Amino acid sequence: MPQPSWFNRLSIFAGLAFLYLPIVVLVVYSFNASRLVTVWGGFSTQWYTAAISNQSIVEGAKISFLVAAISATFATVLGSLAAIVAVRIRRFRGHHIFNGMLVAPMVMPEVVMGVSMLLMFVTLGIDRGPVTITLAHATFTMCFAAVVMQSRLVELDPSLEEAARDLGCPPFMAFMKVAVPTMAPAFVSAWLLSFTLSLDDLVISSFTTGPGASTLPMKIYSQIKFGVTPEVNAISTIILGVVVFGLVASRIVSRPSTKSSLAV
Amino acid sequence: MQSKPDLGRRALVFVPYGWLAVFFLMPFLLVLAISLSSVRLGMPPYEPLYEWQGSLLSIRLNLENFIFVLSENTYLLAYLTSLKVAAISTALMLAIAYPLAYGIASCAPQTRSVLIFLVIVPFWSSMLIRVYAWMSILRNDGLLNSLLLNLGVISEPLRIMNTETAIYIGIVYTYLPFMVLPIYANLSASDRTLIEAARDLGCSRLAAFWRVTFPLSLRSVAAGSALVFIPVIGEFVVPDLLGGADTQMIGRTIWMEFFNNRDWPVASAVTVLLLIILVIPIVLFQTRLSRTTK
Repeated sequence: MPQPSWFNRLSIFAGLAFLYLPIVVLVVYSFNASRLVTVWGGFSTQWYTAAISNQSIVEGAKISFLVAAISATFATVLGSLAAIVAVRIRRFRGHHIFNGMLVAPMVMPEVVMGVSMLLMFVTLGIDRGPVTITLAHATFTMCFAAVVMQSRLVELDPSLEEAARDLGCPPFMAFMKVAVPTMAPAFVSAWLLSFTLSLDDLVISSFTTGPGASTLPMKIYSQIKFGVTPEVNAISTIILGVVVFGLVASRIVSRPSTKSSLAV
Repeated sequence: MQSKPDLGRRALVFVPYGWLAVFFLMPFLLVLAISLSSVRLGMPPYEPLYEWQGSLLSIRLNLENFIFVLSENTYLLAYLTSLKVAAISTALMLAIAYPLAYGIASCAPQTRSVLIFLVIVPFWSSMLIRVYAWMSILRNDGLLNSLLLNLGVISEPLRIMNTETAIYIGIVYTYLPFMVLPIYANLSASDRTLIEAARDLGCSRLAAFWRVTFPLSLRSVAAGSALVFIPVIGEFVVPDLLGGADTQMIGRTIWMEFFNNRDWPVASAVTVLLLIILVIPIVLFQTRLSRTTK
């Protein structure tokens, strides 16, 4: 086994420091009693109290969580079906277009997705609000869910299903009884990925929402447009805490698939 | 017996296909249609493209939006700036991500999985929050400046916030994991015996890297680059929060055209032209991706 050289160690250290220092700064200053970023005024949790009692922020968080949970559920179902189609059926009429549509949303700039969805909802005369945000989020997150499911499906040993079929199981039942249970951890990661992507989204939500329905990122965005406030640091720390907790939990649940889950 | 699973197969294809066709493909066709319309007051704020007058169908396609966008220097500049920012930040990310991915791949398997998990965590956490974290660091009265002033390195605060430098920092920071992951996946799966063979045949460590490891990882470099280059062209959050008025990127232009100017047909035309720019790299990316998954 080769040993990492000093250069390897330095690259890892510098890279991770770059990724984590800003987050550490943000978290530390959420506990700062002073309103100024540069002055440490002692430890305080007052900004957390302020954030939690801010009615508008709490309202935004409620909408965001609801939209994220529903859209992630849609995305996991649709993404799994798409992955099965892409991996198992592979060739059918229009499979090139299908594969293209499955990959494009992952790299498509969010502004472009947002604009096009807005125009569609307006043209169809659908009232914009939480429902339209949910539909838009389900669409762009299902592609990420499909990638997670696809990598799991490809790894799946086909001889297991063959064995089930040899023992008299019809193909569909073999798939349901053998493939689906082994994919359970992938369902969890796909759902969690879709959930966090939806929870984070600012741009697509801004385009697809109507008057009155503002998600948490939209509320945060309109606050930080006016500058840095310790209250936003507190909200951000709470969100980061939720995400890190979810990630660590899903890593414990689905140990074997973490390697491939995001390696596109 | 043959027809029943066939029907199930069709239904299976139809559900995700239909969803993507309605919510992904159709909206783009509408953008194209509305870019050929003209602005009007009311809702929807554009003229219909066609009209029935008795039995006469009249279709009006208005190319004026495209002519306007292409003749207006601010739009052209925004396209060029976006391409430049995307190209430079992709190169910067490659310079940071490659050594990082290589370093992680050189560790023992147990350490590797922990380190790559640490790279993934920021990718999962809110992009808006990560951009916000830099705002308090880069401001004129922010953490970086006060640190440097106290250390006596500089005598007056550096102006980084609201400049192009801040955009580069923000974009490299938020997109870095997208670049690290494919390169890491490739390097960690690479065949060590090839490098050993090169070393046995007298290659130095560095030469073995440049002649064996690096050429073999080029495909993942291409994948990572596409994964960041394409979305960065249309990036909105970073230039809006960290950039200044002098660096106008196209994503922000579209946003402002929609929300501030409320000129949807012009915004659609800007979007269509952006899509035309993006089509080539997206198709290249997609064919590469499908080749690697086969």
